[in-house]
Amino acid sequence: MSPTSAPSKDREGGAAPDSRKAVRGRAARRHPFARFLVRRIITALLLALGITLVTFILTNLVPGDPAAANLGQRAIGDPAIVAQWRADHGLDKPLPQQYLVHLSGVLHGDLGQSQQSHRPVADDLAEFVPATLELAGAAILISLILGVGFGVVAALRRDRLPDHILRVTSLFGISVPTFWLALVAFYVFFYRLQITPGSGRIDPGMTPPPHVTGLYTVDSALAGQWDVFASAAGHLVTPALVLALYTIGLLTRFTRSAVLEVLGQDYVRAARAKGLPGRVILFRYVLRPALVPVITVAGLAFGSLLSGTVLVEAIFAWPGVGQYAYKSATSLDLPAVMGVGLVVGVVYLVINLIVDVLYGVIDPRVRLS
Amino acid sequence: MSERHETAAGDGVLAIEGLTVAIRGKEILRGVDLTLEPGRVHGLAGESGSGKTMTGLAVLGLLPHGARVAGRIALAGRDLLSLPPKQLNAVRGAEVAMVFQDPATSLHPMLTVGRQLTEHMRHHLRLSRGEARERAIDLMRKVRIPGPEEAIGRYPHQFSGGMRQRIAIAVALACAPKVLIADEPTTALDVTVQAGILRLLRGLCDDLGLAVLLVTHDLGVMSAVADEVSVMKDGLVVETGPRGQVLVEPRHAYTRALLDSLPENAGNAAAATAGAEPSEGEPA
Repeated sequence: MSPTSAPSKDREGGAAPDSRKAVRGRAARRHPFARFLVRRIITALLLALGITLVTFILTNLVPGDPAAANLGQRAIGDPAIVAQWRADHGLDKPLPQQYLVHLSGVLHGDLGQSQQSHRPVADDLAEFVPATLELAGAAILISLILGVGFGVVAALRRDRLPDHILRVTSLFGISVPTFWLALVAFYVFFYRLQITPGSGRIDPGMTPPPHVTGLYTVDSALAGQWDVFASAAGHLVTPALVLALYTIGLLTRFTRSAVLEVLGQDYVRAARAKGLPGRVILFRYVLRPALVPVITVAGLAFGSLLSGTVLVEAIFAWPGVGQYAYKSATSLDLPAVMGVGLVVGVVYLVINLIVDVLYGVIDPRVRLS
Repeated sequence: MSERHETAAGDGVLAIEGLTVAIRGKEILRGVDLTLEPGRVHGLAGESGSGKTMTGLAVLGLLPHGARVAGRIALAGRDLLSLPPKQLNAVRGAEVAMVFQDPATSLHPMLTVGRQLTEHMRHHLRLSRGEARERAIDLMRKVRIPGPEEAIGRYPHQFSGGMRQRIAIAVALACAPKVLIADEPTTALDVTVQAGILRLLRGLCDDLGLAVLLVTHDLGVMSAVADEVSVMKDGLVVETGPRGQVLVEPRHAYTRALLDSLPENAGNAAAATAGAEPSEGEPA
């Protein structure tokens, strides 16, 4: 074998660059979804860079002097101290240079020093962001389960009692201001009925679970501390539900109309003509295409959930990034504000990326063309 | 083609008697009688709104919500109209199957062709995954899809219109039904592709002894493949008979009007198109 194969090896060697290019072309054609993903990830990275620029510029456009906001009455009267403070925080350099310093810091995981907490912003965020993600994540999970479930029921019982009830309640969910709902829920369920735990993430006497993800429910489950888990989950339910109500209403309405549209499609009638059982038709034929618009809306809704947490966090004393953002913004703590902006922007990007991937998973036409 | 014999009510595989359908008080069908026989293509003609499609849908119990049905649809001694939903579902796809007008919309865009070919086989015939796959490949071969082993892993959008309708026909035939209802199966296709689909239907009807109800407004299509022809107007069958008789010497004034409304020799031209066997250049 080996002696005869030697000449052919030579020929192969000569043809290698061409054939390799052809193979790569074929591979790309065979995995258009992989190419689509790579393109999306590159776009996301560029957008992340854009986010750093925008947060930096917007933060610097804010009228007001950080020095005035952070130095005491006496110190602000002394130009030398003010100049020293500005030099310490790099504010004496020209803006482009400040941006580059900021950017290289970001790339090294250094988001600067918070002027309020006197701690690295990255450390602050690592403490507060998981709390908000846990709250918003629980809210979006609840919204997806209830919103899609309600929407399907409303569509299948179109123009009958369940549909009417769900349409009115979903409208209520969309219309009620979250902060008002949060106050009422806190007052009714905690203060009057005393069936929900009060503010914070766990009961006051408890020690938080060992830090793994920063999500108390997950960390306590990982550590097997079920009493802590119960407490964390109990504290999570009310604010998450309050936060989710708007999204539940939104998703109910979107799911209803998406399912109704799919139910009218020829392929659903064709599936009935094949004598498939109703649940197969619902899950395989109806729900899958109906989920495409629902996922789009859910992705956008997650973004608004993140911003909606500010008020809910304040009312339920939830130590999340919303409260941190509020405090930093009002005290002109620029590094902290930029850090929050960056994190929220990146979360948005990640959500969008997930939504794009889900499109491809659900719809082969996205994946294959 | 086999000799034609007189259609006698009752000896068909599917007999529709006095079928009436009303939707929101409006009478769509006003007493339709039709008999389908094994190995015969029964053409159902008529202008749009005459109730052709409703007749087909009524057989499978797929009428729109709120439709009121009366009469009798007898299939092997059972009345489909009075069958409980579960038993009717066992008939659908297994004994009576349907091919729809537009294969671009009647196949699910997000499920592989193989999935759509095998899921009802597995449900109705209780086949294993492997058996169903084998059968699906056979079916794809039967409807002349090239490279069937590879084709069943692909999605509908990766096939041309004519190919898709062949696949839809394969889906309909998967559980070896006795009756096939084809609702305008060639209307959405190019003329050159139409002939191939009609030939396929005719061949399957002859080979498998299928009773085919071919719903079409196109008398050219009708004259190319139908053994029997029924003409509908305003929810009634106004004339039934062998193709030669109905299309050449129509007894009813409406049939005559329908034939007269065709451009001159249109029937002959379409028949010629169907017979000409054009090659179906359908890239996947």
